[in-house]
Amino acid sequence: MDPELLKLYHQLKQRGLTPSQEQKILSELEGDHSHEDSPAVARAKAAASDTFDRASDNIYAYNDPFDLQGIHAPQSTYTTCLRSVDELLERDKKRVDDGFPRKIRIGRMIKPGKGDKDKVVVVPTTAEEKFIHDPTLQPFEEEQAGGSGDGEENETIGEEPLRPQDVEQGAGPGEGDDGQHEMESNAYDMGKILTEKFELPNLKDKGKKRSLTRYTYDMTDRHRGFGQIIDKRATLRKIVETNISLGNLPDVGNIDPTGFLIAPNDKIYRILSREKDYESQAMVFFLRDYSGSMIGKATELVVSQHVLIYSWLLYQYDRQVETRFIVHDTKAKEVKDFYTYYNSKVAGGTQVSSAYRMVNEIVEKENLAQDYNIYIFHGTDGDDWDTSGKETIPELKKMLAYANRIGITIAAHASDSANSTEVERYLNKSKLLEEKPKLLRLDVLQEDSDEQRLIEGIKRLISE
Amino acid sequence: MELINQHTKKIMEGCKERARAAGLRFEDETLEYIVTNRDLLELTPKVMIPNLYDYWVHDVEVLKEKGRYELYPGNPYETVINTRPAISFYNDNNPDWLNVMIFYHVIAHVDFFQNNLYFRHTWDDDFNGQALADKRLIANLRSEKGRWVDYIIEFTRGIDNLAGYYDELSRVNRGSATTRPKRLDYYFDVFLQAVKDIKIHEYIKEIERYNDCMRTHQDLGEQSFFADAIKKYPEFEAHFKKYLENGAKPKIDLIQFLMENADFINKDENKWMESVMQVVRKTSLFLQPQIRTKIMNEGWASYWHENLFLPDERIKGHEFDFARVNSAVTSLPRVGLNPYALGMRLFYYIEEIADKGKYSLDFQRRSDLDGRKKFDAKTGKGQEFIFKVRENFSDSMLINTFVDQDFVTKNKLFVAGKKLNSEKMVWKYYVKSRKAQDYRQMLQNSLYHPPHITVDPEKNVDNKLYLVHHFEEKPLVKDFIFNTMMGIEYLWGGPVQLETSEVVPTKPAQGHDAFFGYPSPSQTEEQVQEVQWERVLYTMQDRELTRKKLV
Repeated sequence: MDPELLKLYHQLKQRGLTPSQEQKILSELEGDHSHEDSPAVARAKAAASDTFDRASDNIYAYNDPFDLQGIHAPQSTYTTCLRSVDELLERDKKRVDDGFPRKIRIGRMIKPGKGDKDKVVVVPTTAEEKFIHDPTLQPFEEEQAGGSGDGEENETIGEEPLRPQDVEQGAGPGEGDDGQHEMESNAYDMGKILTEKFELPNLKDKGKKRSLTRYTYDMTDRHRGFGQIIDKRATLRKIVETNISLGNLPDVGNIDPTGFLIAPNDKIYRILSREKDYESQAMVFFLRDYSGSMIGKATELVVSQHVLIYSWLLYQYDRQVETRFIVHDTKAKEVKDFYTYYNSKVAGGTQVSSAYRMVNEIVEKENLAQDYNIYIFHGTDGDDWDTSGKETIPELKKMLAYANRIGITIAAHASDSANSTEVERYLNKSKLLEEKPKLLRLDVLQEDSDEQRLIEGIKRLISE
Repeated sequence: MELINQHTKKIMEGCKERARAAGLRFEDETLEYIVTNRDLLELTPKVMIPNLYDYWVHDVEVLKEKGRYELYPGNPYETVINTRPAISFYNDNNPDWLNVMIFYHVIAHVDFFQNNLYFRHTWDDDFNGQALADKRLIANLRSEKGRWVDYIIEFTRGIDNLAGYYDELSRVNRGSATTRPKRLDYYFDVFLQAVKDIKIHEYIKEIERYNDCMRTHQDLGEQSFFADAIKKYPEFEAHFKKYLENGAKPKIDLIQFLMENADFINKDENKWMESVMQVVRKTSLFLQPQIRTKIMNEGWASYWHENLFLPDERIKGHEFDFARVNSAVTSLPRVGLNPYALGMRLFYYIEEIADKGKYSLDFQRRSDLDGRKKFDAKTGKGQEFIFKVRENFSDSMLINTFVDQDFVTKNKLFVAGKKLNSEKMVWKYYVKSRKAQDYRQMLQNSLYHPPHITVDPEKNVDNKLYLVHHFEEKPLVKDFIFNTMMGIEYLWGGPVQLETSEVVPTKPAQGHDAFFGYPSPSQTEEQVQEVQWERVLYTMQDRELTRKKLV
């Protein structure tokens, strides 16, 4: 057991804990303490990376066109039939009017097969539901496949790394950024779909904070002597000016321009120049509780919702969105990308304040409040060792001073009764939700919520 | 889509002549098309049938999760379409020698389609032509009824894997004259076992008594046997009469049941739904034999392209090219199942064994190991025998009948297991078993097998439709139950109940780290536990699903 955690536990205990709180803390304390990729994730990664091999285990994966003629089944993504996506979503909306549940699912993440970098692709998908046998439910047998060749029974015939070996970085120019870009362009489209079709609100006021890093180019600067387009009015004025000083213009009432002298320097041109971009931009902090209690569905919900929010903001800010990812248990840690953010394994205890403190530190140190619209989204299951919010509330208040919006999602466990999670309780007690409804929002979902509910939740978190 | 050019068509016709000389039987007319990527984009969602009806789900990325093949009875992506004339698709830049190989493969498929009895119900139709008529019908209805047509398609597709494929086959194969069960058969096969549910020793006692009667009374044996039987079960005659009346009715599947009995569909304004349901059901029945004969069909085609290509004098000089392509297609993978490789080897194996006359009583009777090994009657009837196999078998029967220890040993086959080695962070593949029995079981488990769900008319009370999922130690995918039952409720026009079996969770379900589409971890490391089953009843009423445990 981590001695530091233990110390914390004893401190908390001294301050007094109810038996149920103590039990929760102890269960997290005794859990596994590494945030390494969990075996499940690692396995899933391995599985996803060799979809081709897996598919070949199945006799129905073989087909004549490919095996004989090398004709691949074409991969049609939704972008190839994007024209019909609007139509599909329109139809999906009508389903609700007709009294049937929606069928298009959105925000599902799939990973393309082997050889590709880990990238996240967001597509609208659907499933055709039928009564079929559950192939995953042969829980007491291990996976089996056919095989051929030499080898005694029980002899190992091969090993496959759990995780695909890291693809060499920089295999080609621009290789490093590709994955991220893919994610963004997909997410941007999805943000559009979310905004238009799921009726997520547009942001009314995005704030006027300016970007200092982006420039546009425009023909705004004037230049004497040479340039792209002559500015006739300015040139004329300059010529008049010069000739006044030369004494060629004795009578203002009767000007004779034929006597004017024109110096090359009098010609004023417009010239292409760099301009500062005044578009507003956003900085989004995604905070995720990855303590032991977040195991399973709670994490999935939180991360799904964060993807959707990210897509929406990307669209709203016309891609001018920067993201920071922070995970926390009792301590907070910033992670470099969404991939790590979403794959880190849950373990350890919970202190929400640690993450909030970290956000405050980052904002202060990098002076972000001046240049950015700051959004903070936090996903948790509502457990907190700091049961009264003694440390969390002050940090939260600090955040409220600069943030455009703070959205807290609580994916409550089925065992929690209504309004009973710690975070929810101390937030309500602090009355911050009522005092600053424009800045702070809370959404409590049940662990078994579906996608529809997630989108409802986003509306709650981001609406004006 | 364009037809292949005359030069290539001539090659095809040459292949047909040679194939026919080798004994394959198929209709003369075939159509070969060149396909572009664009054509394929349109064809693949429609199971490669150019005229299949339009349905919006075809335009969406359908989640290709595990078990996808369980959802769709057809092979999603094929070269040859079983219709009259048979249609096949080609790349436009195949070299001639490769086309020869593919043509032989295709011709063998066509031969299989047109001779295997599992395709019996598709023999008399031009399916592509029918599909075109259906497509127009649905387009017409859509212009009238709008999106409600798509709801009917959706809900009927939800149960199209329950269509009575075997019932349809038996109807076609046996004709309409139903043989009435004899009284005696009914007494022993149905009455004692299903109605009375008597114990085995009592059952055997009844058989003994029957044999006694026959011995002592000879011709009058049966009469005297029943005289006593009726004394014991006075209700027997009534049951038998009722059985005869009911038994005369053909078995019908869920879609048919709904079409015949649902008040909702039989309302005048809803009559059109029946034709949509009919189209979906027909399509499903048409596609079903393909997935039930995958190993055989591909094995048969590979066997013939290999046997016909090599002696073909037109492609001399390309043996090397052929060897490369052919070995890629028909090699056994170290881990995995290749239907081409497996099926082809099975046909070769069966041919060899039949050549030696080992499928005979004479051989079966021999018990000495050496004698069995050396047994060779030199019948020379191997090929004749595999033609019979191609006519009468499906994948499941083929595996059960012919995958024996000799076959497994000869081809060095084994069941591969996969274990997680968490110390080294690797998957470990190992040889799990080389026993034919285990290999057969593994193959059987990988075959397409829809759940067996029927209507129980006895329990249909108060306008409730009662479905029974017959227990096969396989639970249903729970996530799909809601939508499927909602669809049935809509078509039926009243509440629907489904009786099924589920695994009792033995300990509090631990949350798995299942993210998004990633699979949940299989619990390989955990100790083997006894699976406990419980019978549950789902009820769908007013689009609300409830679940109840049955005692």
